[in-house]
Amino acid sequence: MQTKGTVFRYNDNVDTDVIIPARYLNTIDPAELAAHCMEDIDATFVKRVKQGDIIVAAKNFGCGSSREHAPIAIKAAGISCVIAQSFARIFYRNAINIGLAILECPDAHDGIAAGDTVSVDFDTGKITNVTKGTTFQAAPFPPFMKELIAGGGLVPYVQAKLAAKK
Amino acid sequence: MPMTMTQKILAQAAGLNQVEAGQLIEAKLDLVLGNDITAPVAIREFEKTGAGNVFDKSRVALVPDHFTPNKDIKAAEQCKMMRTFAHEKGIENYFEVGEVGVEHALLPERGLVGPGDVIIGADSHTCTYGALGAFSTGVGSTDMAAGMALGTAWFKVPAAFQFVLEGKLPKWVSGKDVILHIIGLTGVDGVLYRSMEYAGAGIANLTMDDRLCMANMAIEAGAKNGIFPIDDQTRAFLKEAGRAKYTEYAADKDAVYERVYTIDMSKLRSTVAFPHLPSNTRLAAESTHITVDQVVIGSCTNGRLSDFRVAAKIMAGRKVAKGLRCLVIPATQKIYLQALKEGLLTQFVEAGAVVSAPTCGPCLGGHMGILAKGERAVATTNRNFVGRMGHPESEVYLASPEVAAATAITGHITDPNEVA
Repeated sequence: MQTKGTVFRYNDNVDTDVIIPARYLNTIDPAELAAHCMEDIDATFVKRVKQGDIIVAAKNFGCGSSREHAPIAIKAAGISCVIAQSFARIFYRNAINIGLAILECPDAHDGIAAGDTVSVDFDTGKITNVTKGTTFQAAPFPPFMKELIAGGGLVPYVQAKLAAKK
Repeated sequence: MPMTMTQKILAQAAGLNQVEAGQLIEAKLDLVLGNDITAPVAIREFEKTGAGNVFDKSRVALVPDHFTPNKDIKAAEQCKMMRTFAHEKGIENYFEVGEVGVEHALLPERGLVGPGDVIIGADSHTCTYGALGAFSTGVGSTDMAAGMALGTAWFKVPAAFQFVLEGKLPKWVSGKDVILHIIGLTGVDGVLYRSMEYAGAGIANLTMDDRLCMANMAIEAGAKNGIFPIDDQTRAFLKEAGRAKYTEYAADKDAVYERVYTIDMSKLRSTVAFPHLPSNTRLAAESTHITVDQVVIGSCTNGRLSDFRVAAKIMAGRKVAKGLRCLVIPATQKIYLQALKEGLLTQFVEAGAVVSAPTCGPCLGGHMGILAKGERAVATTNRNFVGRMGHPESEVYLASPEVAAATAITGHITDPNEVA
């Protein structure tokens, strides 16, 4: 599986309060959440983002609150993949659970600028900066996580476990 | 191989004799928690699983504490969805307004969390219960849904950092100052994916409220959990909470820690985290140039009885600075009532503070004390990210109840020793 899109680039510690401020957490509608995605860190994000675009960030992306509304908003805004040097652990779980593609890569942030076109091969973890003609390698997922991702997230996993119990 | 306290609890919950850092396990859950923001998403996902009923009606807790008393129609609808689900599934631990409190103060008080428990909560501050010797960690809504359906969750067994606490805190310095100091040392992702394991003779000098406050902010260092050994104070707390059955675990003497921090608590001073990261710490005494529009004393971090006792001691007989708004929010009804009986609430109101019903409200910029553009707050809460308490151009300074009370009187950040 592959994706290709334009990059929105952020730095360290992008927290869930800026990804989706709590003032909008009185809804669970993905489209409504997406309408306010990244509002407090990048006021023009929602206007500019297109289906398939990619977020590239530095350390500890998604730190703070456990709100799953954060990866839901990012996914519903059209982002096809978040690449970061590291993710906060709850965001990491949440993204995998809901099927938002994430990749950990130590070098991509330094080698990719905002507005670059980047393609990602999810099977190999190869990240290509099409604009600059450079490539980066993402860390591979552990086998269990690969299974979860391939199965479509945590809900199908639970369904299979429940079925096995019967 | 020796194990940390966290690893021992996880091994037992996974039915294994031995686990090691990095291992993926499936553990049995003692409690699954959600609130009025996270539970609605979890309920939607739970219905998709087709499970029908929750794994154990006594092991799910639904706590509508964030936007309650309902702040608007949409919040009311979310609470209604939660209430209906709780009723339909026969969930025993649903708490209506009138008995509800801030979840991480309420569950310990009710004896619903205890030593050796494995707890997940769709709230990042679920790590609070580590103060009682539980393994507890924050997850998202889909994990909560899976937990409600299966009664199990998958975990990567964490490696650990050890924090050895020595000595006794000086007057007006408390658990909040210790944890802010620690986060200042580690940074907000310094303990990422790991457990924070507390040890040392100094722990005996920390109250349970201090420990709950410190475990609460483990997430602010990026940690998976923060955990304290069990002592007589823990046992007394559990007895008072009516928690009779539990299993005590202790770390092996030769357990492996990736890093060890030793902290002499007698050297600590009142500490403040400046915007916009909890790790951006400075001494209160060196921050007196910061003038403040609002002070908030409350939250799952510092909304407990001892927090109000110490704040009232500093504020009694004095007045809140002119032009400053001071909000006092007891975290549970029990704390509220006790503060009322002890005359603390009278002292706050006489000082010119306002006392609110239990709610998470302002901590996350939900309601009951939102900041306007350019405004500054000193809060006993746990996060000071951009826009956390309101306008993206407002500022939050995190501090202890002692500093918050002193600041409320002077109108600028104040070391309590300056006024008390």
